[in-house]
Amino acid sequence: MTIDTLTVSALTKRYGFHRALAKVDLTLYAGKLCALLGPNGAGKSTLLGILSTLVRPTQGKISYGHNGSEVNAGSELRAQIGVLAHSSLVYGELTAVENLEFFGRLYQLGDVSARAQALLDDVGLGDKARHRPARTFSRGMMQRLSLARALLHDPQILLLDEPFTGLDRQGAAALARSLASARAQKRIVLVVTHDFEPLADLTDHVVVLRRGKVVHEQLSAGEEGFRYDELKEIYHRYTE
Amino acid sequence: MKRGLFFAAVGVCAVLFPYTIYLIFFKAPLDRKLFFNQKIFYYHVPNAAMLFVSVIMCGIASFMFLRKREGRWDDLAEASGELAVLFGLIVLVTGSIWGKAAWGKWWQWDARLTTSLLLWMVMVGYVLVRKYGGPGSERLAAGLAIFGMADVPLIYFSVKIWRTLHPKTSVVKSLEPGMRGPFWLSFLLFLAMFYILITLRTRAAAATRELRELHESGLDAGVFE
Amino acid sequence: MSFFRQVSTLVWKDLRVEFRSREILYTMAFFAAMIVLIFSFAFIKEGQVVDGVVPGILWAAIVFGGTLGLSRAFDRERESDTMRALLLSPTSRTAIFLGKAIGIAVFILVVEVVVVPMVALLFGAPLFRDPHLLIATLLLGTFGFAVVGSVFAAMLLRTRSRDVLLPVTLYPILVPLLIAGTKSTAGLLEVAPNYSAIYFWIKFLLVYDAIFVVVALGTFESLVIE
Repeated sequence: MTIDTLTVSALTKRYGFHRALAKVDLTLYAGKLCALLGPNGAGKSTLLGILSTLVRPTQGKISYGHNGSEVNAGSELRAQIGVLAHSSLVYGELTAVENLEFFGRLYQLGDVSARAQALLDDVGLGDKARHRPARTFSRGMMQRLSLARALLHDPQILLLDEPFTGLDRQGAAALARSLASARAQKRIVLVVTHDFEPLADLTDHVVVLRRGKVVHEQLSAGEEGFRYDELKEIYHRYTE
Repeated sequence: MKRGLFFAAVGVCAVLFPYTIYLIFFKAPLDRKLFFNQKIFYYHVPNAAMLFVSVIMCGIASFMFLRKREGRWDDLAEASGELAVLFGLIVLVTGSIWGKAAWGKWWQWDARLTTSLLLWMVMVGYVLVRKYGGPGSERLAAGLAIFGMADVPLIYFSVKIWRTLHPKTSVVKSLEPGMRGPFWLSFLLFLAMFYILITLRTRAAAATRELRELHESGLDAGVFE
Repeated sequence: MSFFRQVSTLVWKDLRVEFRSREILYTMAFFAAMIVLIFSFAFIKEGQVVDGVVPGILWAAIVFGGTLGLSRAFDRERESDTMRALLLSPTSRTAIFLGKAIGIAVFILVVEVVVVPMVALLFGAPLFRDPHLLIATLLLGTFGFAVVGSVFAAMLLRTRSRDVLLPVTLYPILVPLLIAGTKSTAGLLEVAPNYSAIYFWIKFLLVYDAIFVVVALGTFESLVIE
C-alpha cells in the first residue's frame, strides 16, 4: 500500500494559548518535492511533527492516501515515514554503524549490516568515523548520520527539517542527489528549509507558512521544478 | 431538582451543625470506658466515610476521564481529589486523638490506619501533580489515581498479614441506644456537607475549564487576530 | 518482527548504550551503597547496628538507588530525543514500554549484585542460606519496581517538577512491594526460617507484579502518548 498523497484539512495545533498552526489545508503528492518555507516560528516544525504522526492536531484532519482510499494510521504507516528533525534522533553512545543496525532491526530490514554500510557511503560518512561513538561527531557528521537514519528504510514519505544545516558543499550535493532520486522514485518529499539554493530545479511545490497559516502555495508549471531565482522571489515576496 | 437538593443540603447543615453539637455534648451518654474522649468518634467515623466516598469518586472519575476525555469528568476528579485530602486530614487527626485516648498511643501500624495514611498520601500526590505538573498534568494525575485504587487492596492485605502477630486495635463496638441518634445525625450532617463541597468545587473547576476552553476556541477561530 | 524480538532488540540497545559509559550503573551502585552506610549509622544502638533493620536497609537502598537510575535512564532518552525516534518507528508502544522496564530491571539487578553481598558482609547476615528464595524475592521485587517505576517515569517525562514528583507519586504505590520484600528477606534471616511465610510473601510479590503489569499495560498508551 504505497502512499501517494498526504492531505491535511483545516489543521490546527495549539499549545496552551499559543497557536502554532491555524486551519492549514495542504496536499502533498508523490513525485513532487515540496519546499516548506517561512520565517522562524511559522509552524513549519509543528506541521512536520503532525505529518510524521508524532504530534496530534488540536483540530482538523490528516489523511494518507493510496489510490484514492485512505490508509489507517498505525505501525505499517510509520514504517513508510522517514524523518529528519532538529535533534539528531540517534544514540550518542553507539557508533554510526551500531545506530543504523539498531534502527534497521526496528524497521525489520533485511541484511541490516550491508544496508547500513551502503547508506553511510551514500551520505559520505568515512570509514573511520562510522565506527566512532556518535557523540564524538561534528555537527556536519551528525547531520549525515541522522540523514542516513531517515533514509535507511527507503521510506515512501520523507519529512526533512532543515536538512542542509551543517553540511558542507559535498554533503549538500550528496543530499541533493538523494532527494532527486527520491523524487524520481515517486516518493512524497517535504523539505523545510531556509536555504533553497540546493533545492533549485528539484522543487515542484512551494508552500510558504507564516504565523501558522499558508500564505502562498504554488506548483511548478512543467516537469522542470522551480529555478533558483523563482524560489528566491517567492520567498522574499511572502516572508518580508 | 439539583438546585433544590443543594439548598436542602444547605438547610440540613445549617440545622444539624448546632443541633448535633447540642446532642453530642449535652445529650448523648458518656462512654463507659473512654468518657469524654469517645465523643470524637461522632466526627471521626462520618469523615472517614466521606473520605472513602471521595476516594472512590476520584478513582471512577479519573477512569472515566481517561476513557472519554470529557472535561466534566476531570472536574469531578479534581474536586473529589481535593476533598479526599481534606477529609483524610481530618480523619487522621481525629483518629490520632482518639487513639491516644483509647490506646495511649498517637499512632498504630495496623492495616486500616496504614492503608488510610498511604491512600491519603497518594491523594496528596494527586493534588501535587495537578498543581505543579504543568500542562497536561490532568491525565497524569488521573493515572496516579487509578494506580492508587489498584494498590489499596494490596496495601490493606500486606499490612494486615504483616501485623497479625500484633495486638488488634479496638473494634468499633455496637452503639448504645442513646448514641445512635447523634451518630446518624452527624453522619447525615457530613454527607450534606460533602454534597455541598463537591458541588461547589466541581462547579468552580468546570468554570475554570470552560473559560480556558472558550479562550482556546476563540484562538482557533481566529478571534484574537 | 515478533513482539518478543522487538522487546529484546530494545533491551539489548539499552544495555549496550549503558555499558559504554556505565554512568547509571556506577552512580546507582554508589548511591545504594551510601544509603546502606547512612542507614547503618542512623540505626546504631549501644555501638551496634540494631537487630532486624537489615532487610529494611537493603530494600531502602534498592528503592532509592533504583529511583535514581530510573530518573536518569528516562532523562537520557529525553536529552537526545531518541524516544521520539522510537515512537516514529513501527515498534509497538507496549514493546517500547516493556523494553525500558526490563532494561531498568537489569540495571537494578546488577546493582543488587553489589549491594546484597555488601549488606551480608557488613551485618554478618546469612542472606545466602537459601539463595533460590532470595533470588526469587529480589527478582520479583525488582521487576515490580521497574514496571511501576517505568510507567510513572514515562508519564512524568515532559512534566515540570518531574524530579520531585517521581518519588512523591511512586513511593506510596510501592509500599506493598516493600512490605513483601522486607518480610520475605527478614524471614530468610531468621534463625529458624518460617518457610511458609516466606513462600507467602514471594507469592504476594508475584500477585503484585501481575496486577501492575496489567494496569500498566492498560493505562500506558493513554498516559504517555499525546
